[in-house]
Amino acid sequence: MERALGTEAVKRGMAAMQKGGVIMDVINAEQAKIAEEAGAVAVMALERVPSDIRAAGGVARMADPRIVEEVMNAVSIPVMAKARIGHIVEARVLEAMGVDYIDESEVLTPADEEYHLLKSAFTVPFVCGCRDLGEAARRLGEGASMLRTKGEPGTGNIVEAVRHMRQVNAQVRRLVSMNDDEIMTEAKILGAPYEILLQIKREGRLPVVNFAAGGVATPADAALMMELGADGVFVGSGIFKSDNPEKFAKAIVQATTYYTDYKLIGDLSKELGTPMRGLEISKLQQSDRMQERGW
Amino acid sequence: MLTIGVLGLQGAVSEHIKQIEAAGFKGVLVKKAEQLEEIDGLIIPGGESTAIRNLMNLYGFIDPVKDFSSKKKPIFGTCAGMVLVADKLNGSDDAHLKLMDINVTRNAFGRQVESFETDLPVKGLAEPFPAVFIRAPYAESAGPQVEVLATYRDKIVAAKQDHILVSAFHPELTNDTRFLELFLEMVKESAKTTGAEV
Repeated sequence: MERALGTEAVKRGMAAMQKGGVIMDVINAEQAKIAEEAGAVAVMALERVPSDIRAAGGVARMADPRIVEEVMNAVSIPVMAKARIGHIVEARVLEAMGVDYIDESEVLTPADEEYHLLKSAFTVPFVCGCRDLGEAARRLGEGASMLRTKGEPGTGNIVEAVRHMRQVNAQVRRLVSMNDDEIMTEAKILGAPYEILLQIKREGRLPVVNFAAGGVATPADAALMMELGADGVFVGSGIFKSDNPEKFAKAIVQATTYYTDYKLIGDLSKELGTPMRGLEISKLQQSDRMQERGW
Repeated sequence: MLTIGVLGLQGAVSEHIKQIEAAGFKGVLVKKAEQLEEIDGLIIPGGESTAIRNLMNLYGFIDPVKDFSSKKKPIFGTCAGMVLVADKLNGSDDAHLKLMDINVTRNAFGRQVESFETDLPVKGLAEPFPAVFIRAPYAESAGPQVEVLATYRDKIVAAKQDHILVSAFHPELTNDTRFLELFLEMVKESAKTTGAEV
């Protein structure tokens, strides 16, 4: 029987299987196991979590393949890894290693300030960040199979993720209410591929799963993003920078599943210890704003 | 109208509900075990089986789903759902619901880059089914009570045992409702014996 690898259904379908779940950043096998046991649907294997990338400064690159390999060997849930924006070779290396999903991520220092990866040319699926519908549609045009808000990674501050989720969803609603003869001008204004916008208008929704990312620090933050229409949540620095990662991870998973059960979220939030220390977005230097990376 | 519940803890839930409703049945998102009382058939969707199992434990779903099954109410497990209903899991002594006499291997075809689509001949369907396999399991072996509905490279990827149906692939990710209809027929049959309103 003939089979086709890396098709759109297979790549987008993989993201659909992650819905309602939490994807956690981990830097070693031990953290990966804690994440899996807590009920994470996938882990993101990294050398440093975003808040440490911020602290370290300098150029942030793809993780040491040994770390990625260690994480892949430690868990049976899918393993994601980050490649720099536009870094064809980092992405190909991760694909060759058998990573399940690649995040073309603004958390790392971009390798190309003009062009993103042509993700449709890969067998492995990609997730990309977006702040608005134009950015979402451009990434879809390049072949992203999953989207996430950019938020402002490593800050523990949810405000940017909220802004981006509301923005994308408001623009989708606006698009859906438009007449067909208005779509081309909207494409021009958003800098978005016309066909993708037309498809979104016809289906009434984005054609791929859209997760929240970039600033989720508490169970209530995760539930808030679900309330705003996220299909699931990425938690970066939040878990393993908290006092009790195990308890924290479990609480975030449950708050994501039962995001409208406020009594439960209250109980889950009791005595969780100190969450990661947050950063005020307005105090960040322009050059430290990761969300400005990519276009 | 018959009601089909989709276990809504994690995974491809809305895709199933959409197809169920398109077929003229009522689709319900099942997030609490009490809801099992109100449904005529249950779908355990694709997702991450470890994450779903975890939440099933935490929120007391294991025994209620077993009770649901003991009343011969139909259950359909896709992908992670197939892992969850299996009697045996390869490489683990900790099987989950143990509702079907199959020995299942998780992620059996490899990692995501090995995920694939193929036109799969299925017993009971006139034309091959567009099967989407995503980090899919397969059953290495099945007991005598199990009717094998499809194999891929000699591995069992769809099967039925009495009121339990499983597929390693994802009918809910396609526009083809024929496989789901096999399940809906099972629900109709079972409803006749319980006297539920069709």
